Amino acid sequence: MAEKVDYATLKKGGFMRQRQKDRFSLRLHTVGGALTADDLRNIGQIADRFGNGTVHLTARQGVEIPFVRLQDVEAIRAALAEVGLRPGVCGPRVRTVTACQGNRVCPSANIDTTDIAQKIDERYYGVELPHKFKFGVTGCHNNCLKAEENDVGIKGSCKVTWLEDPCIGCSICQKACRDGAITMKDGKMVVDYGCCTSCGRCAKACPVDAWRVQRGCYTVSFGGQFGSKLVQGHTVVPVIEDEETLFRVTDAAIGYFKDYAHKGERLAQLLKRVGTEEFDQKIQEAYRG
Amino acid sequence: MASFEVADTVDITDVVCPVTFVKTKIALDGLDAGEVLQVHLADGEPLQNVPRSCKEEGHKVLSLTDNGDGTYEMLVQKGEDADE
Repeated sequence: MAEKVDYATLKKGGFMRQRQKDRFSLRLHTVGGALTADDLRNIGQIADRFGNGTVHLTARQGVEIPFVRLQDVEAIRAALAEVGLRPGVCGPRVRTVTACQGNRVCPSANIDTTDIAQKIDERYYGVELPHKFKFGVTGCHNNCLKAEENDVGIKGSCKVTWLEDPCIGCSICQKACRDGAITMKDGKMVVDYGCCTSCGRCAKACPVDAWRVQRGCYTVSFGGQFGSKLVQGHTVVPVIEDEETLFRVTDAAIGYFKDYAHKGERLAQLLKRVGTEEFDQKIQEAYRG
Repeated sequence: MASFEVADTVDITDVVCPVTFVKTKIALDGLDAGEVLQVHLADGEPLQNVPRSCKEEGHKVLSLTDNGDGTYEMLVQKGEDADE
């Protein structure tokens, strides 16, 4: 008699049921799409051995090995562990953290996205919740990693201050600003920090370095999602200047979601159902510390 | 604003990126360090990128004046250690 297969547990452990009977696509644990060449070689060998020799790169920078047979579930787990890899997760919990290459590689990035993504992963990956929960980390306002499409999106920002001495009054910064935050008054550049999004375009366009730039800041958005229903995450608090505050705020968001969401309800739907007022208040409290 | 002796001038309003900066760069190559080039450039993309690129290559942007007709005059001084 055939043994009953616990698909939910398999899915939780990264084994996703395929349309082919008793075949699974195995999701691996990855962070920000950062893999070593050795990881890739090992994944290739394991896909040859246990799958059909193909690998799928997922929409969220993950890696899946399809066509794994039910009877090989334990063996492939062991083979992955041997080379320092492990299965990922699926289902109602914190999912793969996505990230761009950040300031280790990209000249535009304001933050070390790899480091932040790893810290988020260590703190939250696989945490059980009413529904899936996604983090995305992008290094700057070019937003390659589409921060606002995530339940919590983190975007690298930089705070800018105009410096009178080196300024030649060319007002390129004013033209570069997409938020209308800069005006020239009596030969001085005046920043409306209420409009400024801390994107740093002004400083980047400046031909004489007349802006002091404080990198390493974070703009955080909440309640975004993509897929069947698109929702753009919203910001609640000003630009965050330190990691401690960042994690206080992310803890608050995930805590609220855990406490108030119905089963199968994303953060976006929860906020639509109950309104954002109380959520925003909790985030603001966490921001203030 | 102090006035500068202009050693050469170049008009980049007749070309598009990246030739705008290439033309500027070639003109700067013909100067000695410390000499000043006057660049006639258009608003928009050239204005936001050419002055910045000059700075990044080690030259000094001295001034940028709005001609009021959608064009600007930039005075840029060739840097001492500027990339050749």
